[in-house]
Amino acid sequence: MLEKALVGNNKYWAWIFFLLGVISIGGLFYLYQFNYGLGATGMSRDVSWGIYIAQFTFMVGVAAGGVMLVLPYYIHDFKEFGKITILGEFMAIAAVAMCIMFITADLGQPMRIMNVLLHPTPNSMLFWDMIVLNGYLFLNAICGWVILNAHNKGVHYPQWVKPLIYLSIPWAFSIHTVTAFLYCGLPGRHFWLTAILAPRFLASAFAAGPALLVLISMILKRVADFDAGEKAFQKLGTIITYAALANFFFLGLEFFVAYYSRIPGHMHTLDYLFWGLEGHDNLVLPMRFSLTIGLIATTMLLFPQIKKKEGTFALACGMLFLSLWIDKGVGMVLGGFVPNPLDRVTEYIPTVIEIGISMAVWATGALILTILYKIAITVENKK
Amino acid sequence: MDVKRRKFLKIAGLSAVAGITAPTAFNSLLNGAAFASSTEHGAPPAAEGSHATGHGGHEEESNLFQYGMVIDIKKFAEHQGLAEKCVTACHSEHNVPDFGNPKDEIKWIWVDDYEHGFTGYSQNKSMTGLNDLPVLLTCNHCANPPCVRACPTKATFKNDHGVVVMDFHRCIGCRFCMAACPYGARSFNWRNPREKYANGNYKFYKNGINPNYPTRMRGVVEKCNFCPERLAVGKLPACVEATGNTKAMVFGNINDPKSEIAQVLSANFTIQRNPAAGTKPSVFYII
Amino acid sequence: MPMYDRGKVLTGLAIFVIIMTFPVWYNLVRAQHVPKTELPKDVKQCVGTVDYMRSSHMQVLDIWRNEVVRDENRKVIELGGKQYVKSLQLGCMACHPDRKKFCDECHTYAAVDPFCWDCHFQPKETK
Repeated sequence: MLEKALVGNNKYWAWIFFLLGVISIGGLFYLYQFNYGLGATGMSRDVSWGIYIAQFTFMVGVAAGGVMLVLPYYIHDFKEFGKITILGEFMAIAAVAMCIMFITADLGQPMRIMNVLLHPTPNSMLFWDMIVLNGYLFLNAICGWVILNAHNKGVHYPQWVKPLIYLSIPWAFSIHTVTAFLYCGLPGRHFWLTAILAPRFLASAFAAGPALLVLISMILKRVADFDAGEKAFQKLGTIITYAALANFFFLGLEFFVAYYSRIPGHMHTLDYLFWGLEGHDNLVLPMRFSLTIGLIATTMLLFPQIKKKEGTFALACGMLFLSLWIDKGVGMVLGGFVPNPLDRVTEYIPTVIEIGISMAVWATGALILTILYKIAITVENKK
Repeated sequence: MDVKRRKFLKIAGLSAVAGITAPTAFNSLLNGAAFASSTEHGAPPAAEGSHATGHGGHEEESNLFQYGMVIDIKKFAEHQGLAEKCVTACHSEHNVPDFGNPKDEIKWIWVDDYEHGFTGYSQNKSMTGLNDLPVLLTCNHCANPPCVRACPTKATFKNDHGVVVMDFHRCIGCRFCMAACPYGARSFNWRNPREKYANGNYKFYKNGINPNYPTRMRGVVEKCNFCPERLAVGKLPACVEATGNTKAMVFGNINDPKSEIAQVLSANFTIQRNPAAGTKPSVFYII
Repeated sequence: MPMYDRGKVLTGLAIFVIIMTFPVWYNLVRAQHVPKTELPKDVKQCVGTVDYMRSSHMQVLDIWRNEVVRDENRKVIELGGKQYVKSLQLGCMACHPDRKKFCDECHTYAAVDPFCWDCHFQPKETK
């Protein structure tokens, strides 16, 4: 089926070469970072994780978001998701691939990455994260590919895939739960040390992932003659709305606990993120912007008229995605390091190198997604 | 036997097995969790602090070997410049680089003040001049170290003497331990620690160089190791040695009642940094 | 059986074979400097036989490293009345002080690039 990705119009190839261009530039940046060290980034002793890990965390959510299509389609037999479920599964593949790339980009000694397997350490959450992420990648790759192959040949997919599909559903929850465990089990970081971190991650993932899928489906409608169907869009809209509501509800709970208990450790990071701490306020504007557009988008999604009109629906989804991206892909990880264990504030600003490498990872994800979607849609449109 | 009953027995049996094994598995996970064995070559783990359930300190009796340190802030205040001397001794002993900027900073032991060293403690109406005292901060070699729990390769682990050691050969540079440490005791080699100035000298702390101790390489985490290579030949850690006979720093096995440090600990009121984190630091302070 | 695009297929295959076997050609053409080993003067014995050290010195170093760093086992090795510290820098290099002759001579030939010297000092490196 891979050959289907080799046939396309000029626009398709222009897009592919654009992505390859971004990947090459980012590759050069990575070469520099590889030779100089992670000092090429904006990270420091105090903020020891930056946008790589933040983006990684966000992309785990996007990957997990695919389950919001798999679950209704395979468990509740929601037929309208028949055409786009495969898009959800393939989006998960691209997102997990990005996660692995972001982690690798963040390692100080990437050549030693196999030490994680050579010296398996079950008490480290990173060990489990490796297992669940790779497992999720394989589950989605196998399920997606076998189902699409069967579809291509006009037959029903083999029965042995069924258990794998069912397994992929709790597995999707597990990837984001374990990713939350990376943070929420650390005794010295109050902002992360909250039992509600995993639910928060899942809620924002189940809003951001499907929102991205809605946007991509709308683009595919225009450039690839692929219509997911109005009913599928509306159902996705409902899922996104509830997930977004849960997300902001959970955020509100964090605010209450911090500011009603008035425990300094609980308040400080929120202070830093939304008001600034000791005169440091790099993230205040982005975080307020994120909260504002997120709440507006969620409110918009509550109105059926807005959801039914494609333009306004796309706008709401776009705003929500951007909001959640800033919240989790920037503020959540960076904020956790402020203040540092000595109650001092060190701020972090990503370097051009770092941003370039991150863009290349995004471009690689987009490339994987484009190729997989090209194949899926060619099969779909053949009918 | 009818089908229903058989089914019931099967389920009951399975749940019983699950019920019996699950807590055991969970407990062994909990016990193992605090401690990534340093001994992959068969020897039983000797230093373990995970079964203890105290509220921060070493209040429960333990006969495990645990190196620790008492730092007497008042003595450091009496001896001007002694704290800085300790820092220099350590950093030149271990070829710690100094790039002259906070972003790339590496430090194993450093001088700070009470307010920032003891963040959990009330600063309200505190003793006059308290914040002017030099407070030496370093790795606490916790009995229950979160960094060891976090490390995915056992590159950082507790050895048989209770020291939280870094194996620089194995570290992959994920920096999970840095996020896990509640004391900010860990540094990362953001760039080549062997960088040289134009004049050919290494960019080492105060130009000190110790040819008998290796440097680190780019991309690994480092921190205080309680000088195992010095202890092995009967010397004290470099910082402790630098205090001479001032008794500003006392070092030894805190769980050996006959040791000097155990006696200092029982005779003085000491505090630990952030005891609420439950890490059980092995570095104690006399304020 | 007819072969379509015979020319293209064969050219492609030829290019593939040349690229894949390039390292072999390259090393054949390149003048090879065969390592000349030289035993340290006035030292009669080592912690292992010559053959063993030649084939397995890396395992020895690996074991020593784990014993010293991880197991707190720094017991000095006694052999023929002589003591050997389990250390590359302080042990091995005591008898074999010249890194160029002792390490690089063969490592360059065998194209292995161990990362010992990224951290460990060789004698006199620090001036």
